[in-house]
Amino acid sequence: MSEQSDRGPLPIPLPPVGEGEVVSPAGDAKKIRIATCSLAGCFGCHMSLLDIDERLFGLIKLVEFDRTPLTDIKHCGPCDVGIVEGGVCNAENVHVLKEFRNTCKVLVAIGACAINGGVPAMRNNIDLWECFQEVYQYEGGLDGGQVPNDPELPLPFDKVHPIYEVVRVDYFLPGCPPSGDAIWKFLTDLLNGREPKLDYEMLHFD
Amino acid sequence: MSKTITIDGLTVPFREGQTIMDAALSAGVYIPHLCHNPEFKPHGSCKLCTVNVNGRNVASCTLPAVEGQQVLSDIAELNAERLALTQMLFVEGNHLCPACEKSGNCQLQAVAYYLGMMSPHYNHFYPQREADASHPDVMLDRNRCIYCELCVRASREVDGKNVFGLSGRGIKTILAVNSASGLLGDTDLAVTDKAVQVCPTGAILVKRRGFTVPIGQRVFDHLTIKDLQTGGGHE
Repeated sequence: MSEQSDRGPLPIPLPPVGEGEVVSPAGDAKKIRIATCSLAGCFGCHMSLLDIDERLFGLIKLVEFDRTPLTDIKHCGPCDVGIVEGGVCNAENVHVLKEFRNTCKVLVAIGACAINGGVPAMRNNIDLWECFQEVYQYEGGLDGGQVPNDPELPLPFDKVHPIYEVVRVDYFLPGCPPSGDAIWKFLTDLLNGREPKLDYEMLHFD
Repeated sequence: MSKTITIDGLTVPFREGQTIMDAALSAGVYIPHLCHNPEFKPHGSCKLCTVNVNGRNVASCTLPAVEGQQVLSDIAELNAERLALTQMLFVEGNHLCPACEKSGNCQLQAVAYYLGMMSPHYNHFYPQREADASHPDVMLDRNRCIYCELCVRASREVDGKNVFGLSGRGIKTILAVNSASGLLGDTDLAVTDKAVQVCPTGAILVKRRGFTVPIGQRVFDHLTIKDLQTGGGHE
């Protein structure tokens, strides 16, 4: 596996975070804006994104993060790239996914769950109510347990679906999770205007 | 003087009685396939090995080679159809690679990698299929079955036992087990049977052998299925 030449050795300060639109100072107007989220996923793909390690410093010179779990921004502004981890398992997932599709020019499905439902989709062949009872009532040590029913909780779906069954998706980056190197290859291809292409050993479904 | 066909412009010799697939495999030419295994009579069901012979699309595993045939195989149009067929196999079963012990050694997955499958593309069926853990040494998970009938053929032709069969039609086809209870544990299947060894996916697995080979050392981690099945490959 070849080393990337543009690993940025010089740490530069990360932009201020958590203040919504003030994240973008005037000088950053040309930076590519990226939003990410995890729907019915485990955040493993986000962990793998952080596995690009010091290449993050090079990346941050080129891009700016909008809504992501890293910035804690709650809603997307207009973005160039949206990266979605996880499948769709409840109503809130659909709202978030549609916000991403509406605000991001390019939408990327990252990881097995976004692409085929993944491990959460293993519940697709189990009745939802039986599944909830098993988890919240029958599991040991749950005397008097009840299925959560707060109105603020999003409505769960009877099946978990990949995101492309709900919105149009431009690119897919498979893996559980894709390696940091695969994510780096994908992002650098995309940012350099090339059609993203993974080497054979970077393409895996597990 | 041996007879020849051409595959993608390459001259390939064949012996009388060989199929196009036989001739290709002998010559180290890869034609993607899943239901075919050179140890068994051709089945012709997965259609991945479809090639263009003198202008017509046919399954190369069943069509006898005939002197002078002009065969096209590794062309964009056919590879696009192979990819679509592979994607359909993925959505009509429950193929969740991260949770499957066969991952990394699975031919369905390896063909998908070879064809550059980035997503299953079609809407998933998420069908309801039964797993059968009744046998002490062999696990049968129908979620991963692609109906290639290799286990059926192996059990009949090699093991002489007739343990497996396909039942039902179309999308309702299931892999049936030949015992009064329908359970694998009530058959005379042995863990050493050929039928247990030939499954191209993770539908039939030997118990207590899951995840024994670490990621990075599995069959298809570095070798493509083309490398493996044509004896080629890189270091």
